[in-house]
Amino acid sequence: MQFFVDNLDLFWDAFLTTLSLSLLAGLLALVLGTLLAALRVSPITPLRALSTFYVETFRNTPLTVVFFFVIFGLPQIDFVIDFFPGSVLAVGLYTAAFVCEAVRSGINAVPAGQAEASRAIGLTFSQSLREVVLPQAFRTVVPPLGNVLIAMVKNTSIAAGFSVSELSSLLPRLVNANAGELMLVLLGVVVCYMVITLPAAFVLSRVERRVAILR
Amino acid sequence: MYAAGPRVAEVTSLAKGEPLVRLTGVNKWFGELHVLQDIDLSIDRGEVVVVIGPSGSGKSTLCRAINRLEAIEQGEITIDGQRLPEEGKELARLRADVGMVFQSFNLFAHKTILENVTLGPVKVRRKPKAEAEQRARELLDRVGVGAQADKYPAQLSGGQQQRVAIARALAMDPKVMLFDEPTSALDPEMINEVLDVMTGLARDGMTMVVVTHEMGFARRAANRVVFMDAGRVVEAADPETFFTRPQSDRAKDFLSKILNH
Ligand SMILES: Nc1ncnc2c1ncn2[C@@H]1O[C@H](COP(=O)(O)OP(=O)(O)OP(=O)(O)O)[C@@H](O)[C@H]1O
Ligand SMILES: [Mg+2]
Repeated sequence: MQFFVDNLDLFWDAFLTTLSLSLLAGLLALVLGTLLAALRVSPITPLRALSTFYVETFRNTPLTVVFFFVIFGLPQIDFVIDFFPGSVLAVGLYTAAFVCEAVRSGINAVPAGQAEASRAIGLTFSQSLREVVLPQAFRTVVPPLGNVLIAMVKNTSIAAGFSVSELSSLLPRLVNANAGELMLVLLGVVVCYMVITLPAAFVLSRVERRVAILR
Repeated sequence: MYAAGPRVAEVTSLAKGEPLVRLTGVNKWFGELHVLQDIDLSIDRGEVVVVIGPSGSGKSTLCRAINRLEAIEQGEITIDGQRLPEEGKELARLRADVGMVFQSFNLFAHKTILENVTLGPVKVRRKPKAEAEQRARELLDRVGVGAQADKYPAQLSGGQQQRVAIARALAMDPKVMLFDEPTSALDPEMINEVLDVMTGLARDGMTMVVVTHEMGFARRAANRVVFMDAGRVVEAADPETFFTRPQSDRAKDFLSKILNH
């Protein structure tokens, strides 16, 4: 116990870093991923192609490579970005591809008649998505989206390799300083991750029940 | 069932002349399948046209081509003199003037009955919400489902849902209404409640294109029956003539099958 009391500040700061990394990257991923899914089903072929290209690129690239690209690649085209915002960008861009796929499967699960009926009363394509298709798609998408977001929280650990003092970065630091306490260090880090993911899973399952739809 | 209400289609009092809907030389293919072949059809204001024909003859496709839910490859379709535009804002505006009622109702599952009816007026016509709701309640009363306004579609019977779908289309003050087999998905005891609403609309002067196998409705409400087979309009006549003295063999054959089952 003394070990945790001694290192409380370290744990707390790292926890906050992982939490804010997750929240910011999650927000970016949800917004961008939904936008990509909308493009993916749009009637305009170049937009569909753009979205497909994005998703296939990021889905098939290891996250570490995306980090390298954002943090060391972008400065080559004069876009220098700090380690923390760079990590938000890398995790957000990467996760957006998975959010897009989840939302797209939700859109496909909405019966075609819903979009037809909305176009038939004169809604434009984007109005029909916003008012009719997406609200129904999100209902079926909550569980897979939950999985994507939990994976994302764990993926933020890659930022440790890019000078961000988040939870996983505690492992080498604390183990070096307290060689005998390896198990305690691991336990502390795991519990901290769970403090983020478990409430998130709980909130999502509540959301899922709230939005459950009658058919 | 059908309560008298404000007239729906003021457009019908306008001068006749140019047909409201005109299809000229319309052709459409699904891959190899030539679903619509050289269709010429004009529908006047206030006219009720019933489209019948065997399964797969292209009735639904014809209906859906009129508001461009299906694009055609050849020919021209005009509504109120205006050619159907390409997909985009302008097409959306034109579709707002064309009501459509589907076989499977297609009410918005996540919205209440009232919201189903107000969505178009608020988002497309930019009506104030209170005004749209008042009008929606009038229309729901008119089709006999006023008491269901705050429920969700899944809580209603099929007949009630289809009447809501009609109210939803009417809320846009359409110039013409398209019905694609509106009673085919209904239990027999609910068919008449929907047909009664449609008959009332026809009496009030609404311009209607109705794909249906309900011969009673056709006799009662139609000005003209259009018989389709294999993508072509084979025959068109007033209901009395069509049902008693069909000209083509295919129409005779079709009628003998549906009238003797
Ligand atoms: N989206 C589509 N893709 C390919 N073929 C289609 C499509 N929609 C319809 N068809 C085919 O086109 C033909 C005409 O279909 P349509 O639905 O217009 O017929 P219908 O007269 O309405 O028949 P029914 O009485 O069964 O509703 C049918 O052979 C059908 O299989
Ligand atoms: Mg059909």
